[in-house]
Amino acid sequence: MNAAEPLKCRPSDYKSEVKPIWCPGCGDYHVLMALTRAMAALGLPPERLAVVSGIGCSSRIPAYTNCYGFHGVHGRSLAVATGLKIARPDITVICASGDGDGYSIGGNHFLHACRRNVDLAYIVMDNHIYGMTKGQPSPTTEPDFDTALAPGGTGLRPFNPLVVALASGANFVARAYSGNPNETAELIVDAIKHPGFSFVEILSPCVTYRPDQRSWKDRVHPAPVTPTDDPARAARRLMTDDGFNLGVLYRGNRAPYKPPTAAAMLAPESLDEEFVV
Amino acid sequence: MSGANVPPVTSVAALYGIAHRIEADAAERYVMLADQMETHNNLELARMFRDLARAERLHADKIRDLAGSIGIGDGGGPIGPWKSDSPEAADLYAARYDMSPHDALRLALAAEERALAFYTDLAAAKVDRAVRDLAASFAVEEREHVALCHRLLERYPPASAVRPGDPDAPGDR
Repeated sequence: MNAAEPLKCRPSDYKSEVKPIWCPGCGDYHVLMALTRAMAALGLPPERLAVVSGIGCSSRIPAYTNCYGFHGVHGRSLAVATGLKIARPDITVICASGDGDGYSIGGNHFLHACRRNVDLAYIVMDNHIYGMTKGQPSPTTEPDFDTALAPGGTGLRPFNPLVVALASGANFVARAYSGNPNETAELIVDAIKHPGFSFVEILSPCVTYRPDQRSWKDRVHPAPVTPTDDPARAARRLMTDDGFNLGVLYRGNRAPYKPPTAAAMLAPESLDEEFVV
Repeated sequence: MSGANVPPVTSVAALYGIAHRIEADAAERYVMLADQMETHNNLELARMFRDLARAERLHADKIRDLAGSIGIGDGGGPIGPWKSDSPEAADLYAARYDMSPHDALRLALAAEERALAFYTDLAAAKVDRAVRDLAASFAVEEREHVALCHRLLERYPPASAVRPGDPDAPGDR
């Protein structure tokens, strides 16, 4: 087979033997389905793919694939994914997170990963709640979402991840809905193929602590615009976004970060030179 | 199901491919649901979903046999031809750890009805006559599956929403 020719793979080739323990009805099952379909569509062998995550329901996803995986420290998935991609540029790196892990505990890493523009895909399964710890408000929870854990709601303005990603320098910004697994798979493929830091927010309902999110399927709609490479235009669109526009919302053309010493880093024998006094 | 979700079907082979994909997707979904129910110790439902998956796989095999030398198209490749979800795939969002056989059959009924709507629409579409005829024959089969679900639903009436013995259901205040 020609080395450049994609393998003919099935999504099941990328699923591990480990059975997910998410709640029945969780949107993350669809995300796993979309991710493995995207991997099969790319035709990359599992040993050329790595899935890196932090902590939370969504961050369990590396265990459910049979690629290289790293289930890391809370909020630090992007730090690990960035290091991996710099050290092994030949590996396709997909970083997975949730709205709590990615936007709160890992919020600072999110900003700087966008800014660095390392060539990796970052998918965030956003359900507007901390599901694993029984339903505390997350950065994207609506201010009036009333629960026993936040009586009357937090009253706080929700974090807008797409605006932050764009402002911080992400090179690809998109939103998907897990209930459209094929469209989500296509967006993940697009994000992986696009050079630089690609951010895909996936609306992924938590039916246990946010049963109201079952209505998302009636609220999502295709973004009525074509993707733009103009950050100013994308910013105007995102600032008036209703939170349910799906599709690629920004497709930039900034060159991805390449470490100037990458070749030296890959040659262990050259390390001695670094320590010469 | 929205019109935008219906892939173009240009030949009998392509329709066999899509029909096979519909059944394979439905089987995969029931296996996922069975696994979920096993994980959450709802073994009665796990068995039911495995039976449904087995039935869908038999349908997929039957379609492959029917296609014979015509062959089946690729059914949309790894991602599939639909923008949203495959018509006969059960709605994962409707699953709950404490669902009853009645709930499961409701899921199956909705899936069969979507498949019926898909083939009925295609049988009435402006496509090749042979494609319409084949779609109509698949619609007849799906109508039988819908009727079967209704009969099974009579056998399994609605049960209590929460299984006894769960004093700490998620989401309880």
